[in-house]
Amino acid sequence: MTIFFKWLRIICKYLFLIATAPIWVPFWAVWWLLGKIGFVQFATDWAMGNGFYLVYKNLTRRPLRFFLTLFAIFVAFLIYGALTAFDVAFNAGVELAADDRLITVNKINFTQPLPISYVRKVEAVDGIAGVVHMNWFGGYYQDPKTQIQTFAVDQTKLLDVYGDDIILDPVQNTAWQQNKQGLVAGRAVAAAHGWKVGDRIPLNSNIFSQKDGSTSWDFDIVGIYTGSSAQIDTNGIYIRYDYFNETNSFGGDYIGWMGIRTKSPSLNEQVIKDIDDMFVNSPFETETVPEKAFTKGFLAQLGNISLMITSVVFAAFFIILVVVGFSMVLAVKERTSEIGVMKTLGFRSGRLFRMILGESFMLVFAGGTLGLWAATAFLGFLNNVPQFPVPDIILTPTIIMQSVGIMALLALITGIIPATYALRLNIITALSRR
Amino acid sequence: MTDNILFDLRSISKRFVKGKELITVFDQLDMSIKEGDFVAIMGPSGSGKTTLLNMLGGVDQPTDGEVWFDDSRIDKLSESQLAKWRANNIGFIFQFYNLMPMLNAARNVELPLLLTNLSKKQRKQSVATALELVGLSDRANHMTSEMSGGQQQRVAIARAIVSDPKLLLCDEPTGDLDRTSADEILDMLQLLNRKFGKTIIMVTHDPAAAKFAKRTLHLDKGEFIEKELAA
Repeated sequence: MTIFFKWLRIICKYLFLIATAPIWVPFWAVWWLLGKIGFVQFATDWAMGNGFYLVYKNLTRRPLRFFLTLFAIFVAFLIYGALTAFDVAFNAGVELAADDRLITVNKINFTQPLPISYVRKVEAVDGIAGVVHMNWFGGYYQDPKTQIQTFAVDQTKLLDVYGDDIILDPVQNTAWQQNKQGLVAGRAVAAAHGWKVGDRIPLNSNIFSQKDGSTSWDFDIVGIYTGSSAQIDTNGIYIRYDYFNETNSFGGDYIGWMGIRTKSPSLNEQVIKDIDDMFVNSPFETETVPEKAFTKGFLAQLGNISLMITSVVFAAFFIILVVVGFSMVLAVKERTSEIGVMKTLGFRSGRLFRMILGESFMLVFAGGTLGLWAATAFLGFLNNVPQFPVPDIILTPTIIMQSVGIMALLALITGIIPATYALRLNIITALSRR
Repeated sequence: MTDNILFDLRSISKRFVKGKELITVFDQLDMSIKEGDFVAIMGPSGSGKTTLLNMLGGVDQPTDGEVWFDDSRIDKLSESQLAKWRANNIGFIFQFYNLMPMLNAARNVELPLLLTNLSKKQRKQSVATALELVGLSDRANHMTSEMSGGQQQRVAIARAIVSDPKLLLCDEPTGDLDRTSADEILDMLQLLNRKFGKTIIMVTHDPAAAKFAKRTLHLDKGEFIEKELAA
């Protein structure tokens, strides 16, 4: 039986190593490369002399405490990575909004329509490079729960205004212009449903119906667009307004809003004034705002997500600071006499200081890096959830740099007290504490 | 034993304040130890044995007087210089072994070598030699918690001698051992003194242990009251 359990343990160990290979192999590779160029030796020698093994053994001498502390740090950085990436992605619309783009909506609110005749009038305003009108279709695919952001647009003008963000193959664009029932789908939504160019799909609307009473429209997928950057949302679908307007049973010749591109951001102010003045005192007064302000205002209606995220992250890190700090102090205090012995043997105080600080860094960076890896895996999973409402959520280089900074700060704060304790510890006092 | 004086304590005094009381541990104490000597220091509790040993080991400083080691004055060295001096010249053996519980025997013995520039291979070789000398080659990879008190003290001896110091300072090295184990340890110290020329200063309460030394110094109230040669 003993041999059986021994082999079982070995098999489990290797299975665990294989299962977690995607996590540790990249680290190992980087470590190996750094080792090859002598950096690891240099760094560990500087920090801990040739006592790297000693630091590692001290850190893991109480496995349960080590793993619990590591887990706490892991969770904190998982939360930090995931929530910060979510926050960045959520606010990406504001960052990505072009300075030369404006949005014109009904002054009452953006759910109220505007007459389509406004489009031609707006196009005539000085300083405007392009105008595209849009309607919210309220689409879903097969199941009402599978909502899809579907916009009925003027297909001839879409890329004039949003061509910087939306990348559509010219051949597919031409096909779209020629096929009234054609639609172009974003890469993410197409991938989520396994759609490809040439497919014919039904789309339902939870707002509109056709003249025969049906809420289902058939479309040909003529193109699949991608975003010019990972942050561009590709969960949307564009259908042709003319087809929608012809078949829709109500609300004909009305549009939802207009997307406008100006010839220069410096003209925005004048263009806004000209448009809104044009329709003042009409039954459909307009409100024109820069796209950035519109997106910001739209997000603000959902609540201050950034503040909520910051609060959660701050709370998580505060708890971690206390947990790791106490753990480190406890770990060093309980080996007071050992520190005394090491000093007696000739280890200098400065070296012991660096070794204990090294423990703290090793612990925080191990937990933090694992946390970020887990966050990456989690976000990868989220990005593959069909119709997840936020575009590609990724750990941007900025988030990773911030995380590394936080790890260093956390390690320094939690390690400095026990390291100073060791630095100042008197040998005789230390040896008397058994 | 040579005529070369290894340790020379010149008129050392040690005083400290405890509460409102000034306590004098030594006053104008002189002591010389020759290279290759094996000295046992005996005395009742509170006589200053451990304080003396601490001063010899450079972990405590006299209030007055001079401590010379091998023609170098050490009582004026900085903490950092003393650490280096200890690493180069002294091997310590404690009553309770003071081994690192998370390290195996070999890693414990290797500790002083981490302060040298020896390569990993050279360190491994030195550790193997030291463990062989104390008869624990077969226990190199054992954790110290798996060993008896006598074996742990042998590991501590191996740790003390691995960097080949001139002097071994032993603080009650057999105080926590049964008679048989204690005699084994003392035999080993005697061997290190006679065969390898190590100078040994041993603080002990045990007269039987003191008999293994070449001479015994009796310390009482901070003064040597009697000096005798061991049989």
